[in-house]
Amino acid sequence: MRHLRHPGAPRERRPAVAAAGLTFPRRLGELAAAWPTAVALQEKRYGIWHPISWAEYAGHVRDFASGLATLGVRRGEVIGVLGDNRPEWLIAELAAQCLGAAVVGVYPTSVGDEISHILDLAEVRVVVAEDQEQVDKLLQLKHRLIRLERIIYYDPHGLEHYRDDLLARFAEVAAAGRRDAAARPDWLDGEIAAGGADDPAVICTTSGTTAQPKLALLSHRNLLAMADHLQQVDPLRAGQRYVSFLPLAWIGEQAFAVACGLAHRLTLAFPEDAATQRADLREIGPDVMFGPPRIWESLLSSVQVRIDDAGWLKRRVFGWAYRIGDAVAGCRARGATPAPPLAAAHRIAEAVGLRPVRDQLGLARIQRCYTGGAPLSPDVFRFFHAIGVNLKQLYGQTEICGIAVCHRDDDLRFHTVGTPIEGTELRIADDGEILLRSPSVFAGYLNNPEATAGAIDRDGWLHTGDAGYRDGDHLVVIDRRADVLTQPDGSRWSSAFIENKLKFSPYVEEAVAFAAERGVHAIVCLDPATAGAWAEHARLAYTTYADLAGTPEVGELIAEEIARANADLPGAIRVRRFVVLHKQLDPDDDEITRTRKVRRHVIARRYAQILTALAQGHDTVAVHTTVRYQDGSQAERTLTLPIRAPLDPEALATRPRRPVWSGRITG
Amino acid sequence: MIRRDYLFPLNGSLLAPGQPVLEIANLGLRFGGIHALDGAGLTVTQGAIHGVIGPNGAGKSSLLNCVSGLYRPQRGRITLHRRSDTVELVARKPHAIARLGVARTFQNIELFRHLTVLENLMLGRHTRMSLALVPALLWLGPARRQEIAQRALVEEVIDLLALQAVRHQPVSTLAYGFAKRVELGRALCMQPAILLLDEPMAGMNAEEKEDMARYILDVNELAGLTVVLIEHDMDVVMDISHRITVLDFGRLIADGTPDEVRNDPRVIEAYLGKDVA
Repeated sequence: MRHLRHPGAPRERRPAVAAAGLTFPRRLGELAAAWPTAVALQEKRYGIWHPISWAEYAGHVRDFASGLATLGVRRGEVIGVLGDNRPEWLIAELAAQCLGAAVVGVYPTSVGDEISHILDLAEVRVVVAEDQEQVDKLLQLKHRLIRLERIIYYDPHGLEHYRDDLLARFAEVAAAGRRDAAARPDWLDGEIAAGGADDPAVICTTSGTTAQPKLALLSHRNLLAMADHLQQVDPLRAGQRYVSFLPLAWIGEQAFAVACGLAHRLTLAFPEDAATQRADLREIGPDVMFGPPRIWESLLSSVQVRIDDAGWLKRRVFGWAYRIGDAVAGCRARGATPAPPLAAAHRIAEAVGLRPVRDQLGLARIQRCYTGGAPLSPDVFRFFHAIGVNLKQLYGQTEICGIAVCHRDDDLRFHTVGTPIEGTELRIADDGEILLRSPSVFAGYLNNPEATAGAIDRDGWLHTGDAGYRDGDHLVVIDRRADVLTQPDGSRWSSAFIENKLKFSPYVEEAVAFAAERGVHAIVCLDPATAGAWAEHARLAYTTYADLAGTPEVGELIAEEIARANADLPGAIRVRRFVVLHKQLDPDDDEITRTRKVRRHVIARRYAQILTALAQGHDTVAVHTTVRYQDGSQAERTLTLPIRAPLDPEALATRPRRPVWSGRITG
Repeated sequence: MIRRDYLFPLNGSLLAPGQPVLEIANLGLRFGGIHALDGAGLTVTQGAIHGVIGPNGAGKSSLLNCVSGLYRPQRGRITLHRRSDTVELVARKPHAIARLGVARTFQNIELFRHLTVLENLMLGRHTRMSLALVPALLWLGPARRQEIAQRALVEEVIDLLALQAVRHQPVSTLAYGFAKRVELGRALCMQPAILLLDEPMAGMNAEEKEDMARYILDVNELAGLTVVLIEHDMDVVMDISHRITVLDFGRLIADGTPDEVRNDPRVIEAYLGKDVA
């Protein structure tokens, strides 16, 4: 039987990659020479996983690098990439780096100003775009992007009849590069050798929950040092599988897929389509996985919903196995060994209840998995540990290559983010701000020296802007300082703590909590998949999301769910009143970032009338929304949203308890 | 490198764009005393989306059923043009017409509900498969190679219509919009010379209609297929068709570009009543 948690294998110390002063292209060259036939990348296309070996990968990178050179890309320049995760994304990135250029990723869902802001700031001349959709967006911005000279696309569908001079096909650029390289075979090697570890490799956008995104310059040394230091904590083995499905414009994906991928020779898999991610994840069965909280929350929701739907026997079996798993996880987290009877029961629980669930989630082979980017609810942590998934919190930010602080195997505390990884120093400033220092601290923001001076001080400390404190040697992060709720009684709470309790319900996708005179008020968004399925079960007819959110039955469901969450919250910060919002939070409306972090100040401004109505004790609130149709016309609509209170505890006690597998019922 | 272009042409017609591919002339179909079609006719040119509209009972579906051989008209001609010859379709059996490259979808979804999406699409290839029983049963070399080759084409259709996520799901579990798309996909798998769509957007909400319109445009623009589209919803047809034929009580009342048809007094009368016109 495969034991997934705490493998306890002796930590292999391997020579530091970064210390050798490598760059990504040189590391790729090493891997291609040492492991030419091993699989580097694989993409599902036309229903089949297509492998690309390290030698092929390096060959494509060299061709495209020479092709970029023929287009005039030079050392010190920045190229842009706009598209979903595909091998071409990484090939374009590595190719630019071969020439001493850096890459900046744009989220594929970005539109208009977001794109032009980034491309303008980075003075991008050449953009690699995925398909017709992305090309159309760029062509629309053509008149604003005066520096733009070339759009290189790799998915030609629908672009056959485009005649714009800016356009070039990826395959043709690579072919031109191959011809050029044949004429001067050693030139590219010279360019690669001329690259230094301190050259900018990747430019990542900051998450921008509070302002326009800034562009952080990360060098090869920054990223490889991070990969190396993480390795000291949690050794990754060569050839382990990683599914790359989060945007490569995000530091987290660059850190794992690119930096760790090259440093530790991971095999990357690219899903077929955004809609097939879950199925592809299960087919690949990754060994390593990294995702922001929403990924883990949605995995948990899918288990909760399926267990609710299952028959009596399955529910009982899983309930029993879960309790055993939870008890064992509790022992392990304390660093203790479970007593023999418990260990024996656990072996049975593994076979009948836990392993099948892991398999359904695509986590059957998982060795290392992490969450980061935002706080994850302790309840969610507890669930994954109980089913035997060793989920750990990472803390970091774009400016320190995403990863600086991490949980250790035998020392997990769900409310902390762990201890700094090797080579990383941690200090709490007098005002409570978390300061970090390591070789992975970035060089600065591109074309923004004032912001850089504010982020890195003279001694090289990175000012994170997050507040935190130490609990023993662990770091506890209390969120952005602006997000802290101070109650009238003087107690201070992170709004994320409350929101996470609410989001633990499978029906709640997002929740935004605001301090009120007494307790807390909340704006809640439904998870359309689970709430929709619930409505179907309840034989509830609805048409649109707004319609579903407005039905009294759904309101009661959420009232019950919030009452359960309240049971876990101290009296001062219980949710007193809430509104189920008529729409999902949308990055196109600036309400959340592309990485799905809530922009609280935008919500507070935009839904001020809701907050006022909550505070004034009204029963309903009228919201005016502007609907913008695709043809550009607009319509004003007024919706009346009911304001509700959570079910009171006595009424809750009489409701049949819907089984929810979490620390909340067993703890 | 992973191939991103499609290998297989889905358009089975070898005619140049703009040439007539399907000519219907003076079609008459009678059920007892009722004239379902009374002298209707139209010409579909290669590469066009040709809309056929009309009020309920105008004879739109009857027209399509005549073309695909389900009904046998009492008079008139239906001619399919190919590169080297022309074929008269009247009096041919439906399976023979399908083999000639006329593919269609139905107003009510006609799929094998218990089979998966992939299996339904593979069935769209049956006209192109040789059916030697023994190799097929034993999964011998030729049968296996044939199946793999056909699957490659089917996978491109799956990609074109974005059906990847439901590839292995039984059709009975699919949402309506998806099932409609599968039906379209099965017709495409035939690599047809002409594609007849019978009310592909019936019973859909606005969003599903928009999706479907997008896929029909893709099929026409990316795959180059000629599409005959019967539709109740005027707006959608006007938006995506190159040419429109209007029927009323089995007769042709207008034929032209969407703009010409929209302003034709007889069309306005047929749709809205006499007083308005």
